[in-house]
Amino acid sequence: MPVAHPRSIGELTELLDEESHTVLLAGGTDFMVGLNHGSTRLAPDDLIVDLRLVAELSTVEVDYQQQVLRLGAGVRWDDLLTAPIAEIAPCLSQAARTVGSHQIRTAGTIGGNLATASPAGDGVCALVALDATLVLTSSRGQRTVAVSEFAIAPKKNVLERDEFIERVDIPITEGWQGYSKIGTRNAMVISVAGVAVVLSSESNTCRIALGSVGPTVILSTEASQFAGTTINWEIASITSADLETVVEMTRASATPIDDHRSTAAYRKHAVGVLTKRLIEQGLTTLRKSL
Amino acid sequence: MTSKSDERHFELSINGNRHRVTDSYPGESLLTVLRDRLGLTGSKGACEEGECGSCSVLLDGNLVCSCLVLAASVTNCSVVTVEGLGGSTDVQTAFVESGAIQCGFCSPGLIMAATNLLERTPEPTVDEIREGLAGNLCRCTGYGRIIDAVQVVVQQRKNGRS
Ligand SMILES: Cc1cc2nc3c(=O)[nH]c(=O)nc-3n(C[C@H](O)[C@H](O)[C@H](O)COP(=O)(O)OP(=O)(O)OC[C@H]3O[C@@H](n4cnc5c(N)ncnc54)[C@H](O)[C@@H]3O)c2cc1C
Ligand code: FES
Ligand code: FES
Repeated sequence: MPVAHPRSIGELTELLDEESHTVLLAGGTDFMVGLNHGSTRLAPDDLIVDLRLVAELSTVEVDYQQQVLRLGAGVRWDDLLTAPIAEIAPCLSQAARTVGSHQIRTAGTIGGNLATASPAGDGVCALVALDATLVLTSSRGQRTVAVSEFAIAPKKNVLERDEFIERVDIPITEGWQGYSKIGTRNAMVISVAGVAVVLSSESNTCRIALGSVGPTVILSTEASQFAGTTINWEIASITSADLETVVEMTRASATPIDDHRSTAAYRKHAVGVLTKRLIEQGLTTLRKSL
Repeated sequence: MTSKSDERHFELSINGNRHRVTDSYPGESLLTVLRDRLGLTGSKGACEEGECGSCSVLLDGNLVCSCLVLAASVTNCSVVTVEGLGGSTDVQTAFVESGAIQCGFCSPGLIMAATNLLERTPEPTVDEIREGLAGNLCRCTGYGRIIDAVQVVVQQRKNGRS
């Protein structure tokens, strides 16, 4: 059971094509917890593929021509806290800031957060609201999948055995965006409920994503559309009755459960409160820049 | 070309020395290798899930939980443990003198975290200290004296420079 250290996308693709029992390892912050506690087991013929030396996976590229921010899957939380990402995708930076501790943020990656496919993934929630797309790569070529379509159930995603997440493409938009999460303390918590809101003042659209209130992160489609059409974009305002409807639609799209972290009822309540706060905060900020 | 390292027999670079690890079991964490294979018991283990920070070490200069590092995957990295600090850095002395150590179980991890925080942010605010050390749990001190200790170091370093 050796550990392989590919250094490029080419080497990685070839390795996954040749070897049939591979386990990908990025920052290890999800993977090692499973291994230490015995919920993940390695078979003797498993080959661990360490992704950390794959150069392309840690690149950050801002393409103003195509209006897209490209993040390699191996970009770590810590890297998301600074420019240019903090300026172009602030809700992703805000999400990153809430993840674990400094120790977790120096090791954990955005690719690992996506692949883990947890409904509580803070990065996933921000990326769904940002309408980001994943580039999945294998020896058969590349394909793109919307982040909102990537996770299909808790811990299940659409990756094939020989495929990996190469990068995430985030559209660059004008407007306002924010991420908020509720947990039992201010640091080191998996969210009880999380909400990301992106208000695009170019396309006059709103996208609301909800974390920890369903089997995967949820894009609240109806609420997003209703908000997009009822916000008066010229004056960056929404009537309180319309905002209440957005909140109710957000709650209606949530399908939370009771578990050791919280109750379904509280979670439904919380996503409504967070959505309302974020939209109000966003519109107030947009009004100031009119 | 893709290099491969053996899962069970490998070499690690710790505190500037090469250490040969033999008969490591597959999937063993760096924490287990440090403590049980190499006898470097400074780093502590409590949760083995990244929550307590007592296993904190520097990996290529970055603060990480050694319980979340697959030992066989870091053969090409440099590891610094609390043993690598010696025993009398200003951070260590300030922890002792400020009463930031009671049972001492959390101290190696907190000292690594505080040392790393002050490298990244030489003059942190109280909020920055709290955020920087949020990944390290202490059952005894109530944290006040730990924050004091970090502030003592900041003050000493400032005085030393002026
Ligand atoms: C103490 C602690 C606190 C945490 N707090 C939070 C939190 O607040 N919010 C949050 O969202 N998460 C949190 N996490 C979970 C975890 O840190 C994140 O999900 C992290 O981003 C995982 O990334 P990683 O690089 O460590 O992944 P790894 O553990 O290395 O891998 C996780 C999974 O993803 C797969 N994988 C990794 N990279 C790729 C790729 N490029 N292509 C395909 N598959 C890949 C691996 O095979 C593995 O199955 C926490 C974890 C710990 C231990
Ligand atoms: S033992 Fe590593 S964080 Fe607790
Ligand atoms: S001094 Fe005892 S746990 Fe911190």
